[in-house]
Amino acid sequence: MAKAPHSTDTPKRGQSGSNRSRLHVPEPPFRPGDTPDYSHVSVPVKHTPVRPDPLCEPHETADHALKLIRVLRFNGEAVGDWNPNLSNDMLMKALTDMMMTRAMDERMFNMQRQGKMSFYMKSTGEEAVSVGHAMALKNTDMTFPTYRQQGILISRGASIKEMMCQCLSNSGDPLDGKSIPVLYSFKKHGFFSISGNLGTQLIQGVGWAMACAYKNEDGIASVFTGEGATAEGDFHYALNFASTYRAPCIINVVNNQWAISSYQGIAMGEGESFAARGTGYGLATLRVDGNDILAVYAATKWAAERARKGGGATLIEHFTYRQEGHSTSDDPSKYRPKDDSEAWPFGDPIARLKKHLISLGVWDDDKHDALAKSCKEEIRDIYKSAEAMGNLSGATHVNDYTMFEQVYEHPPEHLERQRRMFSEELD
Amino acid sequence: MAEPETKNMTMIEAIRDAMDVTMSQNSDVLVFGEDVGYFGGVFRCTAGLQEKHGLHRCFDTPISEGGIVGIAIGMAANGLRPVAEIQFADYIYPAYDQIASEAARLRYRSNGDFTCPLTIRTPVGGGIYGGTTHSQSPEALFTHIAGLKTVIPSNPYDAKGMLIEAIEDNDPVLFLEPKRLYNGPFNGDPHAPAKSWKGHPLGEVPTGHYGIELGKARKITEGDDVTILTYGTMVWVAEATAAKVGISADILDLRSLLPLDLDAIVESVKKTGRCLIMHEATRTSGFGAELSALVTEHCFYHLEAPIERVTGWDTPYPHAQEWAYFPGQKRVANALKRIMKDV
Repeated sequence: MAKAPHSTDTPKRGQSGSNRSRLHVPEPPFRPGDTPDYSHVSVPVKHTPVRPDPLCEPHETADHALKLIRVLRFNGEAVGDWNPNLSNDMLMKALTDMMMTRAMDERMFNMQRQGKMSFYMKSTGEEAVSVGHAMALKNTDMTFPTYRQQGILISRGASIKEMMCQCLSNSGDPLDGKSIPVLYSFKKHGFFSISGNLGTQLIQGVGWAMACAYKNEDGIASVFTGEGATAEGDFHYALNFASTYRAPCIINVVNNQWAISSYQGIAMGEGESFAARGTGYGLATLRVDGNDILAVYAATKWAAERARKGGGATLIEHFTYRQEGHSTSDDPSKYRPKDDSEAWPFGDPIARLKKHLISLGVWDDDKHDALAKSCKEEIRDIYKSAEAMGNLSGATHVNDYTMFEQVYEHPPEHLERQRRMFSEELD
Repeated sequence: MAEPETKNMTMIEAIRDAMDVTMSQNSDVLVFGEDVGYFGGVFRCTAGLQEKHGLHRCFDTPISEGGIVGIAIGMAANGLRPVAEIQFADYIYPAYDQIASEAARLRYRSNGDFTCPLTIRTPVGGGIYGGTTHSQSPEALFTHIAGLKTVIPSNPYDAKGMLIEAIEDNDPVLFLEPKRLYNGPFNGDPHAPAKSWKGHPLGEVPTGHYGIELGKARKITEGDDVTILTYGTMVWVAEATAAKVGISADILDLRSLLPLDLDAIVESVKKTGRCLIMHEATRTSGFGAELSALVTEHCFYHLEAPIERVTGWDTPYPHAQEWAYFPGQKRVANALKRIMKDV
């Protein structure tokens, strides 16, 4: 398959019927009111590419950029030489972390709807990308996430309560209310401070990795972008510098088909693949079924080994689907069919791992339902303890004076003056 | 204690020496940018550093200002002290997002979880027939950014001490180098023979490690008639013109624009009652507007004449019209006469 879905009425090159060029504006195959039908997107069964030596030459992975690494079949079987053969404990951890991530997203989305916080962003359908990736790295490897990799924090055992307090901007917020919800920063969990400016962290992560190499340390960096922000200049900077200096890093493109209302064709997704861009920069490239946590884990493990052993950077495209709206401020029914995500042929990452565990004989529907229920309850209880520390509109607000802190290491005189002005205006 | 040993240096040599000294003392200091490695920089500011400290300590980068500052932020967050060079300030704009949205805000938005001890060096200013893209003075675009420090030395002694301080500062610092002053002071007269830093007291530079606190102005001349607030190349235009016109001027080389030495400014204007502000950059919303507002706020009842600003015109920096554009001695002299006319 390799190619993203195309609208069937997209004119082919040279079909404009004249000798002049025609402006081509890509359109998604389906809009609201259409019945989504992704039967033209074939799901590869047999052509999962072989697993090369992680220290191979970049061009040996050119084919991997066009194919799709998959381990989990829809019948629950795990097959092929990319199968990481995880222990049952690891598989259970993967399942639990994905389900906790989803339960937290559900809860926080609903609480935003109830006015407890200003904003929230779910990662529904993309949990395998963040959790599977984090599991394959060392906890000391620095990740440079976007706003949709909360599963990394869950997988690394960050305090869910602190995450919730950040979203609530309350007295337990480690960022003292300075950032909007979801823009977490957890250095102790190898989770770089998230910025609202898209793409910027890509090149910073390359710099972090260059510093690891300079210091001759074991660490690597893993940087993320959605497919939409690959159009930012910073994506180009990152690929160029990562390749030039052979930086020990992994550059992840999470292709969830949508950048708010723009389908991936608007980010040049009608081309070969997003992974294929790495080839032109001399980077190793992998394209992986992002709803297959075993494939995500295996690809990450490969790229991490390559980076750590001095092989340089790898570009990984995680092929997935954004099941929900972009954020709490977005209504996807305005630009795509309501049942689009159900028609998407690669299924749901949690359901697919569940099926695998059942096929191994260690899991069943009752156990799964019980785990879903306990995740929901645990999240509910953590949320209650977080909200007890206040929310954005509540009484136990963060201290306003903290807004003057951490602008610089030491506040310069003009900031001290403004702090006094603020204090006098309050009296 | 014995007097520190000094050596006569140009501004180029002083800047290079600052990097050499910090690189020798701290292996976390890295220097990189376009052509700074083997070649030693288009202005020679990094000459010899790669040979002395190694390929990993001083290296060439792709032509990508956003990439240069981007990797520097990542390195700084990871504990290094990168000194990144942007070949001309006129080419810093592709890095503006990384500087404004990232370097300056990393500490704040992470509440101190991550920091950015980064120095960005870049040559600024005109007076060299650089035309539209080798002459700009974009300091006001950076003094408007909270979380960033913006400094600009006017002589070799300050350049070295301030650069060492910038490199050792735990916040991001934009270090602007007036390229017209690299080889010698410039008094604004393009027909006068070029002067070198040789023989100038501020060309005598200590050979070892020393710092000059950022945020402190330097008094160039002590006077009673008027306060001149300026920085960079215009410091030397101010000094020459005041002497020629025969006005007793209190000339403050601000050196650091953010943080700013407001106390020194207020003390001087309260003493003289008059204020002239000079910069090469364009007038509208230039840094002079901030200085004028601060002087008005803090010295209103001491002012005996309107505050004057002598600046570049609100045009792109022209080539053939260099000396009609550059705020030289004639315009400065006229402004001083206007300020003093009721005396």
